[in-house]
Amino acid sequence: MVMAGESWKDLYKKPQEPNTRPRGPILFYNDLVIEHFTNPRNVGELENPDGEAVVGDPSCGDQMKVSIKVDSNRIVDIRFKSYGCPGAIATSSMMTELAKGKTTDEALMITDDDVIISLGGIPERKKHCSLMGVIGLQEAIKDYHKRLSA
Amino acid sequence: MRRVYLDHNATTPLDTRVLEAMKPYLTEAFGNASSPHHYGRLAKQALEESRETVAKAIGAKPEEIIFTSGGTEADNLALRGIAYRKGKGHIITSSIEHHAVMRTCNVLEKDGFTVTYLPVDSQGRVDPDEVKKSIRKDTIIISLMGANNETGVIEPVAEVARIAREYSIPFHCDAAQAVGKIVVDVRELCTDLLSLSSHKIYGPKGIGALFVENGIELSPILTGGHHERGLRAGTENIAAIVGLSYALKTAIEEMDSYRTKVSPLRDRLESELLDRIDQVEIHSAKAKRLPHTSCIGFASVEAESILLHLDLEGIAASSGSACTTGEPEPSHVLLAMGVSPELAQGSIRISFGRENTEEEVDYTVNVLEKTIRELRRVSSRWNTSQSFEWTSE
Repeated sequence: MVMAGESWKDLYKKPQEPNTRPRGPILFYNDLVIEHFTNPRNVGELENPDGEAVVGDPSCGDQMKVSIKVDSNRIVDIRFKSYGCPGAIATSSMMTELAKGKTTDEALMITDDDVIISLGGIPERKKHCSLMGVIGLQEAIKDYHKRLSA
Repeated sequence: MRRVYLDHNATTPLDTRVLEAMKPYLTEAFGNASSPHHYGRLAKQALEESRETVAKAIGAKPEEIIFTSGGTEADNLALRGIAYRKGKGHIITSSIEHHAVMRTCNVLEKDGFTVTYLPVDSQGRVDPDEVKKSIRKDTIIISLMGANNETGVIEPVAEVARIAREYSIPFHCDAAQAVGKIVVDVRELCTDLLSLSSHKIYGPKGIGALFVENGIELSPILTGGHHERGLRAGTENIAAIVGLSYALKTAIEEMDSYRTKVSPLRDRLESELLDRIDQVEIHSAKAKRLPHTSCIGFASVEAESILLHLDLEGIAASSGSACTTGEPEPSHVLLAMGVSPELAQGSIRISFGRENTEEEVDYTVNVLEKTIRELRRVSSRWNTSQSFEWTSE
């Protein structure tokens, strides 16, 4: 199996200690997480998407909606909407950044750790948040495949 | 950066007058109140004067005041003190108590006591008739809070206390949020045990008191020396005790001006929010509430996200919601009132203090309006065909 994920992983993998120390006015989120929270990327819903999904995190009631546009097996556009804590919004946003431009196979290999590392770390008890974004993406890709075979 | 503090139910700043009263007992008058020499006598004198002040403030006798490390310890001493004294039995409390009472009852259940957690109505009030119906032959204590920390709802303490007295069952009131904001008189309320805290009324942290009516017998939960009538061992923290008594006395003397200060701020905030933001609910709006507390639910957004936006704009507020406090569930208070988990999850608490201004309210309303608009733009639950039901897909 080709490790298609390697190149982008290197791109985002900044060797950085997870920053959980208080910084500025924020108790425990680092600046990049705050930036994605206050200025989330790819917010919205695509019209006529090629795949979409609504997923929820039963542990805290968070919810996410993902829609993707796929061209020649590549995710050319992606949008999300999330209901949840800052961790949920920031990780959803980062997930869309990671997925955009990848083939669906590459995107399926994105893990919650990849999202966390790309954000430069997230508080321990917020780690579960990043899973929702990843599962949302996987479900949207599954939906895309289902539509293809339908 | 501009800072607006709107979390006075969490804690208040120390009044500088209180600090001045405390200072000598942190430095030159440092003695141990149990020592018979000059230093000890100075400390003992301050201790007993403070006890008199606190007693007078709530209509009690000085010997009925036991100083503790705070409201939490006072609640523990009241509940465990009665429970351990009796050995077994039934406890009645409400489903909206502060964790200091609720978790203590949870632990006592594990120790073999049975506990009834009374339901509340949609406004968060306990029905005294329900109390009466729950009383059993083996009921050893009834505990009901004076005012709720999240919603500010004032509970029918006097009615419930009278029912307890009718059945000769000790009655405990956690008055940590009520004292200094509404009139609390232990004889009028007919209460046998009453907890109070200092840092909610511009006093220092780490100090509180339990009123124990003469004739009520408790087992101590801390054993050691003979301090505090043998009910609370440990060298008394004189500076903090002086601080508590001074803060309490001041809060009661200035209660009228406090209320006329904070109540219009709270009303202004609520009416502006209702005016300017869709799908907002003021919890317990129809009940009698403390004048400074507002608990507000915003549909389709999550409280911690609201609070972080506020914090980034310099505004400090709070919530009882899941993600903020690390609790697995949204506020037990709002859920007990029948608020949907989804709205409970999007509820924040704003609690004013005497230093807040009208201009700060306007600033907060502006920031909140912007924040809710932004979070709803991102929210998957806002304006979709999805229902607003709590989902666990």
